Amino acid sequence: MTDMTKPVVAPPGSIVSGDLMQLLYRLSAALLICIILALLNDSFLSLGNILNVLRQTSLLFFIASGLTLVVLTAGLDLSVGANVALSACLAGTVIQHTGSPLLGVLTGLLAGGIVGLLNGVMVTALRIPSFIATYGMLWVLNGLTYWYMAGETIHGFPPGFRQIGSGYLFGLPIPVYLLLIFLAIGTAFAQRTIWGQEIYAVGANPVAARLSGIPVARRLLLVYGVSGTMAGLASIIFLARLNSAEADIGESLTLPAIAAVLIGGTSLFGGVGTVFGTFIGALILTLVLNGMNLLSVNANWQPFITGVIVIVAVWLDMTTRRHKL
Amino acid sequence: MRESAAASPLRRIPGVAVMLALLVGIFGTIAPGFLSLANISNVLLQSTILTLLALPMTLIIMTEGLDLSMGAVVTLTSLMVAIVSLATGSMLLGLAAAIVVGIGFGMLNGWLVAIAGIPPFVATLGTLGMAQGLCLIVSDGQSVVGIPRAVRDIYSATLAGLPVPVVVALIAYAVFHVLLYHTRFGTYIFALGGNREALRYAGLSPAKWLIGAYMIGGLMAGIAGLFMTARMNAGHPTAGLGLEFDAIAAVAVGGTSFERGNGWLFGTVLGVIAVGVLRNGLNLLALPSSLQVASVGFLVIVALFLDGLRSRS
Repeated sequence: MTDMTKPVVAPPGSIVSGDLMQLLYRLSAALLICIILALLNDSFLSLGNILNVLRQTSLLFFIASGLTLVVLTAGLDLSVGANVALSACLAGTVIQHTGSPLLGVLTGLLAGGIVGLLNGVMVTALRIPSFIATYGMLWVLNGLTYWYMAGETIHGFPPGFRQIGSGYLFGLPIPVYLLLIFLAIGTAFAQRTIWGQEIYAVGANPVAARLSGIPVARRLLLVYGVSGTMAGLASIIFLARLNSAEADIGESLTLPAIAAVLIGGTSLFGGVGTVFGTFIGALILTLVLNGMNLLSVNANWQPFITGVIVIVAVWLDMTTRRHKL
Repeated sequence: MRESAAASPLRRIPGVAVMLALLVGIFGTIAPGFLSLANISNVLLQSTILTLLALPMTLIIMTEGLDLSMGAVVTLTSLMVAIVSLATGSMLLGLAAAIVVGIGFGMLNGWLVAIAGIPPFVATLGTLGMAQGLCLIVSDGQSVVGIPRAVRDIYSATLAGLPVPVVVALIAYAVFHVLLYHTRFGTYIFALGGNREALRYAGLSPAKWLIGAYMIGGLMAGIAGLFMTARMNAGHPTAGLGLEFDAIAAVAVGGTSFERGNGWLFGTVLGVIAVGVLRNGLNLLALPSSLQVASVGFLVIVALFLDGLRSRS
C-alpha cells in the first residue's frame, strides 16, 4: 500500500503476497493430485489423458470464469447450467436450419448474454437476492428448454463447426487455445481495467463503492451479462464437442462450475479472488474427477464428491480468511 | 422500516389470496373440468407432499436460510423407504430408515450453516450434490420396484373419510402452527431471521435453534419420502427432482420474506395450493409439464418482485 497515486480503488484481487500464497497452495494441490494419480495409474500421464484433462478443464473454465465475476460481486448465478442447455439447443437449431455455423455461434452467445442480462435486471432493478433470482431463472430456462426440444435430440453438425470442440492445432485441442485466450482476457479485464477493479470494489463493499461514484447497478448488469455470455460460449463448445444437443446437457454443469470458482479461492462474500484461481480450481476438480474415472470409481460417486468438494472449499476459504457468521 | 412480525400477516393476506383467487378464476373459466369436485380433491391430494416440505421450508427461510437439498433428500428418503421395506417387508422400518437419513442430512445442513458458517444456499447446494450422488449409489441409477402393498396402500387409504396423506398434512400444519406461534422455539425462529444479535445478547445460542430448524426439514423430508414412494409405487432415483423449488415457490408466493425474517405459515399453505392449482390448470389445458415448471419459476420471480416492492414501501 505504498503507491497511493492511482485514483483507482486498491486492487484487492491483484496477485500480491497473500494472494500469491493462496495461488501457490492451490497449484501445489493440483501438482500433488497429479503425482498421486501418476503413481496410482499408468495411463494418467499418457498424452491422450493429459489432453483430455485439459479439454475438460477448458469446458468447465468457460462457465466458471464468467461466474467468477459474479461471485466477486458477492452474487451467485445458479442458472449457468440451464443457460448452457438453452443456448446450445437454440444454437444447434439455427445451425441445422441455416447451415451457417457463424449464425449458430452468434445465436448461442446472444441467447446466453440475454439470459445473463435478465438475471442482472432481476438483481439490480427488481432487487431480488441473486441466488434466488437465478434459481428461479434456472427453472424457467429448464422448462423452456424441455418444452422447446420436446424430447428430441439435434444431431449432426458441419465438420468445420465441430472442429471448435474436437479439433487440434499443433497437437493441442482447440478448446485449450480458447481457454488460454479467455484466461488472458479475463485476467487482464479483472486486474488491469477500471471496470474490473470496480467489480472488486462493488463486491468488497457495495455501499462504499456507490459512495465513491461507481455505477454499481451497471457493473452488476455487466457481470451477469458476461456470466451469461460465457455460458453461451460454453454451449457452443459443448455443441461442437458432443455433435448433438439435448435438453438435459446443462443439468450436471452448475455444481462443478461453482465448485471450480470456490476451489479457486474466490470468496462467496465478494471482493476476493482471481480468474486465474478459477482456472486452477477447474483444473483441480477435473483432475479429481478424471482420477476417479481412471481408478474405476463408479461414476455415480461424482455428484457426491463434487458436493463434498464445494463444502470443503468454502469451509477452507472461511477458516483461512476468518469470516464470521 | 421493519414491520413487526405480528402485523405483517394482516398485510399479507391480500397478496397470496388474490393470486390464488385469480388463478382459480382464470382456470375455472378456461380450463374444462377444473372446478369439478373430483379435480379439486385431486389438487388437494397432490398438494400434500409439497405441504409436508413447504412447512419446514417456511421455518428455514424465516431464519434467512434456504434448503436447496430438500428435493434430493426426499428422493433419497423415498429410495430408503423402497429399499428397506422391500428387504424387510416392513413399512415402518422403511419409514424409520427414511427419517434417520432425512434427519442426518438436516443435521449436516444445520451444522454447515450454523457452526461452520457457510452461506445456506451454498452449503445446501453441496449437500444437494451429496444426496443426489447417494441416490445414484444406493439405487445404481435404477428404479426400485416390487415394494410391499402396505406402502402403496398408505397413499390411497382413508381415515375418517379423508385420504391419509391429507390427514397427515393437516396434522403437520397443526403441529407447525403450534410450534411456530406458541412455543419458545417459534419465537427463536422469528428472532433468528429478524434479529439474530438479540438472541446472542439474551445469552441464547442461535446455532442450536438453527440446527433444529434444518433437522425438522430433514424429518419432514423423511415422512414425505414415504408418501412419494407410496404414490409412485416405486423408488425412483430422480423422483424428487425440483421438489425443493416448488416448496421455495410456495413459501415465496405465500408471502414469507427471504431477507427480513418474517413469515406466515398459513400463507405457505395457500402458496402450496396456488402452485398446485397452477400446475393442475396448465395440465388441464394440455400444456406440457416442462412449461408448468417454467411458469412456476416465473411465479416465483413475480412473487419476489412484489415482496421487494412491499419492503421498499
